[in-house]
Amino acid sequence: MATLARLQARSTFLAHQYYFRNSAVDVFRKKEYDAAVKIQSWFRGCRIRAYLRYLHRVATVIQKCWRGYLGRQHYQLIVKLEFCTMKMNLYNAMAVRIQKRWRGYRIRKYCFNYFYLKEYLKAVSETNDAIREALEEFAEMKEREEKKADLEREEKKRDYQARKMHYLLSTKQIPGIYNSPFRKDPDPWELRLQKAKPLISQRPKVKQKRGVNISNRLACTSARSLPQSEILPPIDRKQCQGPFRDITEVLEQRYKPLEPTLWMAEPINELKMAREELRKQEWMRNINDNMFLPFSSYHKNKKYIPLMHSSSKYGPNSYGSQHFRDENPKKWICDKLLEWSGMWNTSEI
Amino acid sequence: MSQRQVLQVFEQYQKARTQFVQMVAELATRPQNIETLQNAGVMSLLRPLLLDVVPTIQQTAALALGRLANYNGDLAEAVVKGDILPQLVYSLAEQNRFYKKAAAFVLRAVGKHSPQLAQAIVDCGALDTLVICLEDFDPGVKEAAAWALGYIARHNAELSQAVVDAGAVPLLVLCIQEPEIALKRIAASALSDISKHSPELAQTVVDVGAIAHLAQMILNPDSKLKRQVLSALSQIAKHSVDLAEMVVEAEIFPVVLTCLKDKDDYVKKNASTLIREIAKHTPELSQLIVNTGGVAAVTDCIGSCKGNIRLPGIMMLGYVAAHSENLAMAVIVSKAVPQLSVCLSEEPEDHIKAAAAWALGQIGRHTPEHARAVAVTNTLPVLLSLYMSTESSEDLQTKSKKAIKSILQKCTYLPALEPFLYDAPPNILKHVVGQFSKVLPHDSKARRLFVTSGGLKKVQEIKAGPGSLLQEYINSINSCYPEEIVRYYSPGYSDALLQRVDSYQPLAN
Repeated sequence: MATLARLQARSTFLAHQYYFRNSAVDVFRKKEYDAAVKIQSWFRGCRIRAYLRYLHRVATVIQKCWRGYLGRQHYQLIVKLEFCTMKMNLYNAMAVRIQKRWRGYRIRKYCFNYFYLKEYLKAVSETNDAIREALEEFAEMKEREEKKADLEREEKKRDYQARKMHYLLSTKQIPGIYNSPFRKDPDPWELRLQKAKPLISQRPKVKQKRGVNISNRLACTSARSLPQSEILPPIDRKQCQGPFRDITEVLEQRYKPLEPTLWMAEPINELKMAREELRKQEWMRNINDNMFLPFSSYHKNKKYIPLMHSSSKYGPNSYGSQHFRDENPKKWICDKLLEWSGMWNTSEI
Repeated sequence: MSQRQVLQVFEQYQKARTQFVQMVAELATRPQNIETLQNAGVMSLLRPLLLDVVPTIQQTAALALGRLANYNGDLAEAVVKGDILPQLVYSLAEQNRFYKKAAAFVLRAVGKHSPQLAQAIVDCGALDTLVICLEDFDPGVKEAAAWALGYIARHNAELSQAVVDAGAVPLLVLCIQEPEIALKRIAASALSDISKHSPELAQTVVDVGAIAHLAQMILNPDSKLKRQVLSALSQIAKHSVDLAEMVVEAEIFPVVLTCLKDKDDYVKKNASTLIREIAKHTPELSQLIVNTGGVAAVTDCIGSCKGNIRLPGIMMLGYVAAHSENLAMAVIVSKAVPQLSVCLSEEPEDHIKAAAAWALGQIGRHTPEHARAVAVTNTLPVLLSLYMSTESSEDLQTKSKKAIKSILQKCTYLPALEPFLYDAPPNILKHVVGQFSKVLPHDSKARRLFVTSGGLKKVQEIKAGPGSLLQEYINSINSCYPEEIVRYYSPGYSDALLQRVDSYQPLAN
């Protein structure tokens, strides 16, 4: 029983010790437990983390492969697109080149040729210059002709004046007014007078001043366009004896105004037509168409056959001799009647 | 004895009649006597003398009537009312050539005054007898008949048609071929009067082959004949392209150009009228005229005459230039633009100025090259002044405005545009500023010039409504320049600077 006592004495100590040791152990146990938990959790954590890492890695690989696959697909599309675009761009560029060339060619050839236009304008201005020169020449020529015509007219006028004044020519005795003895040379008019033919002033001066304007004459507006009326004869003149024509007729014909026309008022073959006319009238009038030729049948020794009208049973009638003759016995030369054959017979016609 | 006395009475009466009629005919040549004659009742006295036994009295009476009717329309109406025409027409067919001449003269004198009188002549059947007279041998008779027909046909298309229906045209063409110059003139003038009214009438004249003969007579030296021939050809050519082509086929070019150098002004005028009528139809015809050097000839012709004679030539240049830009360039190359601007400034009459303005507008409206050619001659200020002046007629103002607008739209020649900035009214100013705004962004020299000449300053001074086209143009011009310069030239900048000087506090040291 000592041990028991001792144990019992020690029991409380034991209990206490037990308790203390248990509690100490508890504390340590907690500590250890916590430590173990920590270690375990850490280890588990590491394990899980490793596992997660592994999973991550795996998932990354999968995703990597998948994304690569998708990306490659996408990339192929892009490349295809790019390629197409590049091709189209190339084609477009080539097409632009072709179109550029073609359009330039077309415009230049068919629509508008710049150089041709330039050439054309140059040609136009050259033609213009040529025309201008030609027209200038033409105008000059016209002027020269006019001047020449003027000079000629002047010359003619002076000539005419010289002819009118020819009597002023100087003679041997008397020097003319243009040939004064105090001059060295005679006046040019003197020379002109020497050359001029004298003008015979007998003409009745029917010189009309018509000038260039014929239309006045032909237009019935001038006073001279119609024939003048009958010029009345002078009152105190007696009719000339003799076969003279009427004075008015004569003057009319004498002073008939000039009518220059290429057309004749009467037709050209007027004479022939008049002859024809006469012949027709004669033919109408004549009973016998044959022309009377005296002694035409003289050589034929034909017996003369008298007309039936002027002959009767007893011989020819006195038709032409007795009835159409006027008898004036006072004029007879002798009293006796001359006996003509059958003249005095009467018979009916 | 008594017989002689009786005859003497008749002789005296005849003498008296002859004398009366001759004196009246002579008095009727002077216009101052005609009033007195009319008041004395000469018509009623002359009328029975037309039926006189003596042919001389008839003829002289007809001549006197003709001279009276020639003077004015009232006397001609009196002739018509007095029923003289049927008698004249009837005896026209029968009498001798002097009477025919006198009677045709009366018909002409009556027919020339008005269409109603001409219609009265047609109604009494004169046309057939006149056409018969055209076949007469005597050229005087033919001339009188052709003259009368021409005057009748002049008035309107119906009368012309009546003349054509009477069969006058082939005979007139025969008359043209006669050797007498006066007859040719009158026949050409009659053909011109007939063909001027309508294309059908012109076609009738052409069908008879008139063009060949007319074209031959262009070379004739007589100037009055040339006038009529050119007038006839231009009346034919004006109606349609086909007729114009037929006239051209008669090979009138380049002979017609010599007529442009003739001494007679009216020959020049008619020749340029003919060329104008041909040129206005199609570009091909204008091309033909340009190729034969017609433009140069017309330009010289314009330079050598004044007034209304120039007008057809100016219009011809306008028509040629209007067809296409190549033709307009050809017109420019022929040195026509300086001549036209001389016309524009020199001529006193408005309608000629209007024509010149129109022609310049047609030349300058095609491309910038053309506009430059017109602007270089300094015509734009003249056109502007004509547009702005209150004395110009409406037609002139319209035409110069159109010309300015059409040239401005293409003009890139800035020195010519600058004066416009100062003087122009707002509607034109808009276009001018627009042109500047198109040219300045691309040309640096022009920008510099614009600034130094004061144009930028002027542009800043322009007041424009916000958002309007003008404001946009001004903005685009301003955007070509750095901001300082724009601000420098804006109005009131010096005041703004002075204000800044006033309000500036110098830094206190």
